Amino acid sequence: MSAAVRTSYREALRAGLRDALARDERVFLMGEDVGRYGGTYAVSKGLLEEFGEARVRDTPLSESAFVGAGIGAAINGMRPIVEVMTVNFSLLALDQIVNNAATLRHMSGGQISVPVVIRMTTGGGRQLAAQHSHSLEVWYAHVPGLRVLAPATLADARGMLWTAVEDPDPTIVFEHAMLLGMEGELAADAGPVDIDRAAVRRAGTQLSLITYGGSLFKCLAAAESLARESIDAEVLDLRTLRPLDVDAIVATVAKTRRALVVDEGWKTCSLAAEIVATIVENAFYELDAPIARVCSAEVPIPYPKHLEDAALPSVAGIVDAAREVMRR
Amino acid sequence: MIEFRMPSLGADMEDGVFVEWRVETGARVERGQVVCVVETQKGAIEVEIWDAGTIARLIAEPGQRIPVGQAMAIVAEEGEDRQAVAAAGVAAPPAPPAAPAAPPSPTATPAAAGATVVSTPPVARPAVAAGLPPRASPAARRRAAELDVDLDALAIATAGAPISVADVERAAAAPPAPVSPRAAPAAAPSGPVATPAAGPGPEEAMRAAIAAAMSRSKREIPHYYLGSEIDVEAAHQWLERYNAARPLAGRVLFAALALRAVALALHEVPDLNGQFADGRFRRSNAIHVGVVTSLRGGGVVVPAVHDADRLALPELMASLRDVLARARSGRLRSSDLADSTITVTNLGDLGVETVYGVIYPPQVALVGLGRVLARPVVRDGAIVAARTMTATLSGDHRVTDGLTGARFLSALRERLALPEAS
Repeated sequence: MSAAVRTSYREALRAGLRDALARDERVFLMGEDVGRYGGTYAVSKGLLEEFGEARVRDTPLSESAFVGAGIGAAINGMRPIVEVMTVNFSLLALDQIVNNAATLRHMSGGQISVPVVIRMTTGGGRQLAAQHSHSLEVWYAHVPGLRVLAPATLADARGMLWTAVEDPDPTIVFEHAMLLGMEGELAADAGPVDIDRAAVRRAGTQLSLITYGGSLFKCLAAAESLARESIDAEVLDLRTLRPLDVDAIVATVAKTRRALVVDEGWKTCSLAAEIVATIVENAFYELDAPIARVCSAEVPIPYPKHLEDAALPSVAGIVDAAREVMRR
Repeated sequence: MIEFRMPSLGADMEDGVFVEWRVETGARVERGQVVCVVETQKGAIEVEIWDAGTIARLIAEPGQRIPVGQAMAIVAEEGEDRQAVAAAGVAAPPAPPAAPAAPPSPTATPAAAGATVVSTPPVARPAVAAGLPPRASPAARRRAAELDVDLDALAIATAGAPISVADVERAAAAPPAPVSPRAAPAAAPSGPVATPAAGPGPEEAMRAAIAAAMSRSKREIPHYYLGSEIDVEAAHQWLERYNAARPLAGRVLFAALALRAVALALHEVPDLNGQFADGRFRRSNAIHVGVVTSLRGGGVVVPAVHDADRLALPELMASLRDVLARARSGRLRSSDLADSTITVTNLGDLGVETVYGVIYPPQVALVGLGRVLARPVVRDGAIVAARTMTATLSGDHRVTDGLTGARFLSALRERLALPEAS
C-alpha cells in the first residue's frame, strides 16, 4: 500500500473522471456547464483544458436531449459519461433512461448494449429548496436493466466510475451534494473498485445501521455516540442500490439481530422499505426486534435551514431510533 | 365463571408453592376475603380473592409449585350453577402450552364448552399471554427451540414483555427451578408445606428474590440521588402535642407523619408515583407507599400502605401498624405486596444519617429517611438546636430528572413544616 494523500470527495470524483478519460479514447464527458464552467459543483474543473472540447462537452439545457444523445453514442460504441445537475432535473430524461437505456438489451434480444454512465447529484442539506434537494435514488433502483451506485467514501468516489464505464449496461451514479467538500485520506494509488458488494464501514455486534450515500457519515457518527452508551452498532454501506447485496444485508442482520435502516429518501415506498422487506424475506428468523427506519420527513425538502435540518435524517434522530430498537 | 389465579406479588415473582386452602368447595366468598396461603420468596402470604362468588372447584393442592397467573380454583358467579361451572371448568379445552386453540372463556357455558371430559385438570393460560402464543422475537423462538426453553414459562417471567434471544439464553443458563416444594419456614403460621425437600431454604429464597430485584434495578434503572436536610422540629412539637391528648394505643409515630407527608408531596409531583413497564412510565393516580420492613430472621419485605394520601393520620397509623405487625409475623396478604407505586425506607431509627436507596422495580422512585436528631441550625441569624432529618430521593432518570426530584424534596419539606395540615 502506498502512502495516503489528503483529498476531497470532489477531487476524488475528478480523479476518477480523469482516469476514465485517459484510459479509453471512447470515453467522453458531457452535460450542462461541465466544460468551460468546470461543472456546477466544480467536479470537472480543468478537464476541458486537459482533454479538449471533443471529450468534455457543454450541452444545452435539455436533459432529455443530452441524455438521449449519450445513450445513442453508447449504442454506437462510445463510452459516454453524462452529468445531470441534480436528480430532480433527471426526471426530464426519465423517458430516455427508463424506456431506452434500460430496455434496449432486452428488446433487441441482446444485440444492443447501452454502456452509458449517468452521474447526478442528489440529496439535501444545502438550502437549495424543494426542486434541487430530493433523494430519488429509489426511482432508478426500481428499474430492471439499470445499475445504481451510491459512492459515499473517497475510495468509491475515486474508483466506482471506471468500473461503471466498463459495465456493458447503463449505470446511474448518485453523488450526494453534502459529500462534495468532505476531506480525508485516500491511498495515492487508489484505483477502480468493485460495484457489486456492500461494505461494512464499522464492525459491531448489537445493531446494524444499514445506509448509503450521504447518510453513511451520519450513521458512523451515530454509531460512535451509541458506543458511549455501550451500544455496539455495525454500519453497512450498501454502495450499490441496484442490485442490492442481499448477502451482506443478511450477514449483518444475522450477526446483530437488530436493524435500523437510514435512507434520505421519503419513507413511503423507499429503498428503506425494500431493505426491510429483503430482511424479512431472507432473515426473518435472525431478527430479535422489529426493524426501524429513519427517513426524510414526508414533505418537499424545505428551504429554511431549521426546517431543512428537521426534515432530513440527523445523527441525533438516528441515535434516538437506535436506542428504541435496542429497547424492544 | 371466574378463575382464581396465582397472583403476582411483585415483578420478581415467577411462582408460588401452594400451602393450604382457607375455604372449602361450595363456600361463599366475598371480595377481599383470604382464601388460601401461598409460600413465596417473601414468606407465607395469605391470598385474597377479588371477586365474590361460590367456590366451584379447588384445583391447587398443597405442595404444588404454581406459576403466576395459573388457575388455583374455579369460582361460580352470582346466579351461576356451581356444579355446572365446576364441570365446565373440567370440560373446557385444556390449553396446550405451544399452540392454544381456544382457552376457556370467562363466559363459556357448559354447552358451549363441549362435553368432552378430559382427565387432566385444565390449566389456565397465564394472564400475560391472553390466549395467544407468547410474544417472542423470531430469533428468540428459534433459539428457544435449540435450547429447549419453554417460551410460555418465560412469558410469565418477563411479565408479557417481548422475549428476546438474551432472555432465552439467560433462561437456559439459569439452573432449572426445583420441582419439589421448598421447605416450610419453621415459624410459618399457616401450616406445613408438603414435605421439606432439597432446594433453598426460605431465607435463602428471600435473599435470592432480593438479589434478583436489586440486580435488575441496578442493571436497568439509571439512578440519580438527591438529598436534603429538612427541619422537622415543628413537626415533632406538633406530634408531641397531638399525642399528649391521646391514649397510648391512639398515638401516632413520626414515621406515619412522614409517610403521609411523602404521599401528599407526591400529589404535587406525580411523576415519581407509578410503575415503569414495557419501556414506558405509567403514572398511578392511587398512591400506595411500600414500606421497607426488615425481618428478624434477616431480609426485607415491602408491604404497601394503600391510598396513603387519602387516609387521615390516625387511619394511616393504624394501617401502618397493621401491615408491619403482619409482615413481622409472616402473615402478609397478597394485596400487601402486589401494587406499591413508590417505596419509603426509614433507617433513621438505626442511626443512619443518609439513605442512598435502590429503587424497587418497576417503581421509579424511592424515598430514604435518615436519623432525626437535634442539630445546630441557623434561625433569624442565631444558631439554635432543632431536630432535623436528611431526606433523600432515588429517582429513575429514564422517567424524571433532578428537577422533578428537587421539586419533590421541596414539597416534602413544605409538608413537614405544616404538620397540622397533614
